[in-house]
Amino acid sequence: MTAPDGNRLEHWASDEPFDPRVAEALTPEQERIYMASQWRMMWIRFRKHKLAVWSGTLLALVYLSILISEFIAPYNMHSRHTDQIYAPPQSVHFFHEGSFVGPFTYGFDYKLNMENLKREYTENRNQVNRLRFFCLGDSYRFWGMAEMRFHFVCPPENGTFFLLGTDRLGRDMFSRIVMGTRISLTVGLIGISISFALGMFFGGLAGYYGGWVDNLTQRTIEVIRSFPELPLWMALSAALPVTWSPILIYFGITVILGLLDWTGLARAVRSKLLAVREEDFVAAARLMGARPKRIIWRHMMPSFMSHLIASATLSIPGMILGETALSFLGLGLRPPITSWGVLLAEAQNINVVALYPWLMLPVVPVIVVILAFNFLGDGLRDAADPYK
Amino acid sequence: MLKYLIHRVLVMIPTLLAISLIVFVIIQLPPGDYLTSYINELQSQGEAVDEAKIAFLREQYGLDKPWWQQYLVWVTGMVQGDFGFSFEHNRPVSEVVGDRLWLSVIVSVATILFTWIVAFPIGVYSATHQYSWGDYGLSFIGFLGLATPNFLLALVLLYLANRWFGTSIGGLMDDHFIGKPWSWGKFVSVIEHLWVPVVVIGTSGTAGMIRRLRANLLDELQRQYVVTGRAKGLPSGKLLVKYPLRMALNPFIADIGNLLPQVISGAVIVSVVLSLPTTGPMLLRALQSQDMYLAGSFLMFLSFLTVIGVFISDILLALLDPRIRLGGGTSR
Repeated sequence: MTAPDGNRLEHWASDEPFDPRVAEALTPEQERIYMASQWRMMWIRFRKHKLAVWSGTLLALVYLSILISEFIAPYNMHSRHTDQIYAPPQSVHFFHEGSFVGPFTYGFDYKLNMENLKREYTENRNQVNRLRFFCLGDSYRFWGMAEMRFHFVCPPENGTFFLLGTDRLGRDMFSRIVMGTRISLTVGLIGISISFALGMFFGGLAGYYGGWVDNLTQRTIEVIRSFPELPLWMALSAALPVTWSPILIYFGITVILGLLDWTGLARAVRSKLLAVREEDFVAAARLMGARPKRIIWRHMMPSFMSHLIASATLSIPGMILGETALSFLGLGLRPPITSWGVLLAEAQNINVVALYPWLMLPVVPVIVVILAFNFLGDGLRDAADPYK
Repeated sequence: MLKYLIHRVLVMIPTLLAISLIVFVIIQLPPGDYLTSYINELQSQGEAVDEAKIAFLREQYGLDKPWWQQYLVWVTGMVQGDFGFSFEHNRPVSEVVGDRLWLSVIVSVATILFTWIVAFPIGVYSATHQYSWGDYGLSFIGFLGLATPNFLLALVLLYLANRWFGTSIGGLMDDHFIGKPWSWGKFVSVIEHLWVPVVVIGTSGTAGMIRRLRANLLDELQRQYVVTGRAKGLPSGKLLVKYPLRMALNPFIADIGNLLPQVISGAVIVSVVLSLPTTGPMLLRALQSQDMYLAGSFLMFLSFLTVIGVFISDILLALLDPRIRLGGGTSR
């Protein structure tokens, strides 16, 4: 480094005033991350997991939809169309003979195939039935209370609109799947609340008291876990009294699902409690004179709550599947309560399914929801520990 | 090792006792017993109820005694190989069950073998080719396998087989072997039919196993000793097999404890869908008709299978991993 006047040949230093904290000062971008609260960090981490975000959005939409299932379904799920039994799915058309008509369906021609007694429907291209939107259709009791007739989309005046076909009584499959969503998804939510409460309670007891309480809880968990889940569920739901009303059975099933599922959560709570108790920040809080209540709620809780939420999310699909399996076997929910499992029970007879494959369509929402919960849970689990 | 073995056996006994108690409570839960529903049925058909026979049955099976005596009779009977009496079939449970138990065992063991055989190469490939297209593709299929409930998979397969080949893939042997004593032909027939339920039940377990093996192997591959080995010029295949793979193998054995209940649960419902002559369909019918001893034996048997499986896996793990053997603790 040579200066023109030759004064500072050997060693050069900047003339600018020196700020010793220059390395510590944060750019606004860094500040956003370094100063963020724990929950904010999790959110930042979670947002990076695109698949999880999309799954979460999808699930949120589906869960919102169960608030207004009756409004979305074009038919009342119990209304029968005796001349439209096992009708195939109807597609929505927009153009008739080259000209735009708006959404409409074609009518059906019906013929009984005398060879295999299959009901065969063919589209009647002359019969154009336009769909109606925001209209009055089948009447229903909104959430079983207020009598209403308002629908988002109704079948045409003198036609039909079976988006996913009809079942053996001529009931619209799409409406039934939409209504079944409400039951299937809430089973998971109620079940997980029960199992969450039990898991927190027993896991907390075991982790907090230790000693023989811990031992007893651990052994109990081991015994419960060594049962194969499904047969035990089957036995318990077979034990529900026949005299109960369908709605009581529904709650019975959710309780059964929750009663056997808490073991995993309890173990997680216990081990997290034991691990977090030894953390430096807890020791620091204790040294600074924080009371146990503050330590538990302010310091320990947030650091393992996120893990619990993640593992709870991952165990919801198990419950939904459990209900589906039980109802499929005929040991779970009973009609008139309709869930995806109840709908699938109709698809048990392979000979019927071979003729009318749309009876298997309830499989699709089951798989989509289960996948979405798995992705969401994965994303949450990664986000639960944002400092890693 | 012997100490660990004894410890493990001693732990198993109270577990089994607790399980038997829970099973007994569950099968007692429905109001009334089989005899009351039997009497009701007779009366509704207008047939005379033979009081003497009812009283005889009631006494014979101790239905008039307090519940704990019934429990003791049941448990001691089971230890001696007497599983009680199936009211619906009017025969001892052990006769009714026949070779269903063995078929259940065969299906479960075959499923676990399938899980190992499939998960092993795929897991190793995924870990050694991390973030390659193959890895992504296999992970995606694995996710699908994990999320698809196996009875729905069975349903879909049944439908597709019916659609494309016009055949039914249900059952576990050719029709003419049903109810026949075991022979070579029957055995071959069972093996031929076995793959469908095994694949159906095994998918989710396999997917889980692949993910765990991949994660474990990835962890091991980061270790210093692998770097050292590579620096010293070990060929990569030998390097992989010699150390990291052996470490990553632990979950294969340790996971039987998680895998087995899952496999047995899955087998129950899949066998109903595929109408296999295993315990599943019969358990379902017994539960529906409140045939309590039959249902109880099935529940007990399935749980017993799980406990034994976990026991075996713990022993194998102890043989494999000296840390467990010497520590004397349990594996999980």
